[in-house]
Parts: sequence; C-alpha cells; structure tokens
Amino acid sequence: MNFKLIGVNHNSAPLELRERLAIPESRLPDAVQTLVRHPGVEEGMVLSTCNRVELLTSTKQESNLRSFMGSYFGLSADLLSSHHIYEFEHQEAVRHVFRVASSLDSMVVGEPQILGQVKEAYAVARGLGAVHSRLDALVSRAFAVAKRVRTETAIGGASVSISSVAVQLAEKIFGSLNDKTVYVVGAGKMAELAARHLISSGVHKIIFSNRTHERALQMAEAFGGQAEPFERLYETADRADIILTSTGASEPLFRREHGERFLKDRRNRPMFFIDIAVPRNVDRAMDKLDGMFVYDIDDLQSVAAGNTAERKKEAERAEKIIEVEVERFASRMKSLEVVPTILSLQEQCETIRQAEMDRIRGRLGKLTPEQEAAIEAMTRGIVNKLLHTPITTLKSAASGPEAATIHEIIRRIFNLNLKNEKLDK
Amino acid sequence: MFYGVGLLYAVVTLWGSHRMLTRILLPAAGLGTVFHLVAIVEYLMRADLAPSFLHQVESLLAFLLMAFFFVVYMRYQTASPGVAVFPLVFLLTLSASSAAWTPGNGPSPTVSASWIFMHVSLILVGYTALFFTFFASILYLVQERNLKAKGTGRSFWSRLPALATIDEIGYRCLVFGFPFMTLGLIAGSVVAEGRYGAKYFADPKILISIFMWLVYTMLLYTRWNVGWRGRRAAYMSAVAFAAAVVALAANSLSQTHRFFAQ
Repeated sequence: MNFKLIGVNHNSAPLELRERLAIPESRLPDAVQTLVRHPGVEEGMVLSTCNRVELLTSTKQESNLRSFMGSYFGLSADLLSSHHIYEFEHQEAVRHVFRVASSLDSMVVGEPQILGQVKEAYAVARGLGAVHSRLDALVSRAFAVAKRVRTETAIGGASVSISSVAVQLAEKIFGSLNDKTVYVVGAGKMAELAARHLISSGVHKIIFSNRTHERALQMAEAFGGQAEPFERLYETADRADIILTSTGASEPLFRREHGERFLKDRRNRPMFFIDIAVPRNVDRAMDKLDGMFVYDIDDLQSVAAGNTAERKKEAERAEKIIEVEVERFASRMKSLEVVPTILSLQEQCETIRQAEMDRIRGRLGKLTPEQEAAIEAMTRGIVNKLLHTPITTLKSAASGPEAATIHEIIRRIFNLNLKNEKLDK
Repeated sequence: MFYGVGLLYAVVTLWGSHRMLTRILLPAAGLGTVFHLVAIVEYLMRADLAPSFLHQVESLLAFLLMAFFFVVYMRYQTASPGVAVFPLVFLLTLSASSAAWTPGNGPSPTVSASWIFMHVSLILVGYTALFFTFFASILYLVQERNLKAKGTGRSFWSRLPALATIDEIGYRCLVFGFPFMTLGLIAGSVVAEGRYGAKYFADPKILISIFMWLVYTMLLYTRWNVGWRGRRAAYMSAVAFAAAVVALAANSLSQTHRFFAQ
C-alpha cells in the first residue's frame, strides 16, 4: 500500500504560503501531469482549494515528493523542510484522505463543499489518465466513507453560522421558504448577509425599509426587492412572514401590541422575527404570543454555539468510523496484493494440466467427446482441489501478520517468482 | 391472518423508537397494511357481513389508521405520526385478533346491513382523520415549544417536520374528515330512526357523538375564520377526540346502540 500524500492546509500553513501554492483550475492538468512524471510516482492527483493544497500519489519505489514541491512551486529549502508542509505515507495517507473527504479536516468541520472539490480533483486526474487501480480504489473508498460519515453522524446537520442558523430556523417554522416574504428593517452587514442567505434559500419576496429611504431603495435595487417608507412600517409589516431587524433604534420598534395586531390581520399565521440589532428592536414580550417567534442575536449565537458543540461530538463519532474504515481498507489492499500470486499459481497449474492432456491424447488416440469431457473434468477437479488450500490460506493470511512469510513460501514451493514479477508489471 | 398483521405491527412498535430502522420498518408496516386490507376484503366477501362487531370495528379502524399514516408519509415525507399510530394500531389489532369469531350473531334483520356498513365505515374514516388532527396539534405544540426554547431543549433539532407542515397535515385531515363524520352520523340516524324512532336520540352515546360533531364543526369554523392553531386548536381537538373515544367505547355500554344479539 504505497500511498503518499504531501500538502498544506489551513492549520499547518499561513495564508501567504497557501496562496503561493494554490493552483488555479486552468493549471491543474499541468500540475497533475508534472506530478505523475516525477520519478517514483505511478499515479497522482492534485487537490487545490482555498484551504488546502495536497498532492496524493501512489508510488512504486522511494519517491521524494518534497523535491517535487520544491521544483514545481519554487520553494526554498528552508520552507520545504518547515513544519508547514505535512507528509503522510501508507495507512496515514489513507486516513488523511478519508478525513479530508469526510470534511473532518475542514476549517468548518462538516462543511459539505470539500467532498465536491475532491470529486472534481479526482475527475481531472482521471481524465488525464493519472489515476489507475490503486488510487482509484482509495479515492472511491474515500467517497463511500464520506457518505457513510454523513449518513451515520449528524456532522453536517446543524448550522454553525448566525445567518445559516436563521435560515434553518425559518425552515423549521415555515417549511419551504418559496412563497414567503421577508421584511428587512434597517441596514447593516449582518442584515445584508442574512437577507442574502434567505434569498438563496428560495425566499420569494423581499421588502426593505429604512429611516433613510434612499438606503432602502438602494438595497431594494441590489437585491431585486421593493422598498417601503419607514413611516408605513406598521401598516406594511404584517405582509411579511419573516422580519429581520437591525436598526439603531434605542427603543424596541416592535412591541407586543404590534404583534397582536399582526396576528389578527394574518389570521394567526406565524411570524418569525430575526432581531440582530443591539439594543434589541423587538420587545421580549412579543415572544410570549402564540405564533410569534423571536430570536435575538444572543439566541442565534447560542444555537450556533450549541450546534458547534454538537458537531464536535459528531466529529468524534466520525473519527471512529474512519478508524474502522482505514483498517478495512488496509486489509483489503493487502488481500489485493496476493491476487497476482493466486493468478500465476492458477496459470501455472493450468499450463501443466494442458501439457498432460496433450500427452494422454497422443497415447490414447482418438477419444469420443464423452471421454474427452470426462478427462477434462477429472484433471480440472484434481487441480482445483490441490490448489484450494494454498489459495484460501493465502487469502485468509493476507491481512494477518504472517502474510509475507506465507506469501513467500507459496511462491517458492510453486516456483512462482519469475512469473509474478512479470505479471506485476 | 390478523395475527400475522398484529405481529408485524408489534415488531414495528417495539422498534419504533429506533429511528435508524425506519428503512426496514416502514416497508414491513406497509406489507402488514396490505395483508390487512386483503383480510378485510376477504372477510367481507365471505361472510357478507357489515363490520358491526366491536372487534371488526377495531380491525377496520387499525387499517384506516395505517392507510392514513402512509398517505401522510408519502405526501409529507414524515413518519412522525407513527409514534402514536403504531402503538395504537398494535393494540387495536391485538384486541381484534384475540377475540374469538362468533358466527351467527349477525345484525338483526330489522336493520338494513348496508346502512350500518355505511354508518360504521364513514364514522371510522372520520375518527381516523380526527385522530390525525389531534395528534398533529400535539406535534404542533411540541414543535412550537422547541422553537420557543431557543435551542436549549435537547430535542431541538429533532426530526419533527416544519411547523407549517404539521399545521397543514392537521388542517387537511380536519377538512377531509368532516364530510365523513357528518355523513356517518346521518347514516347512523337513518338506521336508528328506522328502528327505534325518536327515543334513540336520548341515548348518552348519541349525545356524546353529537357533542363531538359540534366540537369538530367549531374546530373547522375557528380555523377558517380566526385561523386558530397551536394551543387553542390542540385543546379543542383534544376535546373532540376524547368525545370520539368515549363514543366508541360506549358501543359496548350503550343500551340501544347494539344491532346484534348477545
């Protein structure tokens, strides 16, 4: 199992270094091709995202990936030997690939993009013919592991940023946001971000209101919504299912009595207030009303923090899954190593059998088809029965500690060395 | 046949808390429901009887609950009602299958069998819809609570469907069930009128049924006009449901609401 991986990520290297190493999409094929031409490298793929640059290879003999890094990226010897660059081999490399694909190595653990990025990198390398059986086995297993982690743990489940928590809450209340209306009162970076998130989640209509009407008009234009004058806030707000407030008002804008009126006008259809203003724009008493859901900045933050903690717990479970999968993969790879031996064993015996068949045909003269078939079946039976034990022993010992010894013994007994070498090539 | 169904439901119920097994359980329950339907149809064809015995009623009710469950599941992708439906169905089928089938106690000849059949099946569809409305309103309360607890509750990201979805399930079932309940009661009245005349309506069971129907109507009315949902709707549907359960249980207590000799 000669896998080798070298790279940098957001933990190991500062942004300046990652920037220098980052490979734009247009240059990715070139990087892959250069990598597989590097001495000792048999198969290779390159993953380059904003948080990591990694070269994954399957190698035949000793190959120096650091020297490749040095020459390809023009890094100084100092930098090359620094701890910014990590290198994994064999089982460690397998584990790392599994962890990356499962988003355990990501900056935001559990974020879903990384798997897609790995898939793209894989597709590029495959398209160039840089991936064969070994790397193919590893990376497709990594996809399966990532899927398993995603379905068996809640690692990507709950949102950890304020604006995505807001969206998730809105979805918990309204289900689909497609036919919902959002009212954005006030303007601020956070409000803008949350509005953007809501729009990308399918919110259908967005209304802006601001003390400075100009600003509301600007935002309406930027987001493709409409603007309402601030004076008409209370008359128009009941049209909204979600109200996002972020004004600098020192007194709450929305109080319980407003809420009561909205509910009446809306025939008790629920409303969701996302209040990210400090001091708060929505009176706490509003939350007491049935059908009114008010989340202020602290609430959102505590949900996000709770989700982060939850993710950590889930990440631990995911690590366990990965441990199991690494072991399983390693033993599978080891059992693959005996496949050439088994094949050459079978081939050799078949050659002997054929030769003996020819000899007996010469001695017995013409045989009837029935006789021919009977001899054929008998010789095959003998060969298969004789080979059965060596093959099963090889297979079952493949992942055990005696693997190398048994492998060697069988090769010697059946004199397979030469052939095996040939087959491997 | 009923035993097999009951057993399947039992398995479902026992494992119901482990959500991981949904993939195996739902098909199993679906298969059980199909068998159940076959059994019911077979029974009807063979005996040519209306399901007027209590045990048959239980069996039919169990089947309707399961059928509703699957309709809701397919439409809204949620198995949450299963929490309540599976145990209930299990108890109903258990009770239905444990009873010895006593032939010969058919409905008395004075009462038209087809009217009874209509009465019973319509009412049962109504009951099932009411049960779903009731349970949906409970889920609504739970989910509302979750959302108001601001993520401090452990079950916060539980797999309950969105509030609006729960609301819609409850409402749809309410609207769907109303005509069945109404027609069922009318059919029942026709039967009773023919047999007992006006004194039938003084029976407590009948009064409870009428009361239940009134609450049901009020539920619909408040929903349409004021948009009542959540807590208030839950209270009302609880009252209607309790009345329905009492009315059903009264079958075995009522003096007049019996159409077969003991």
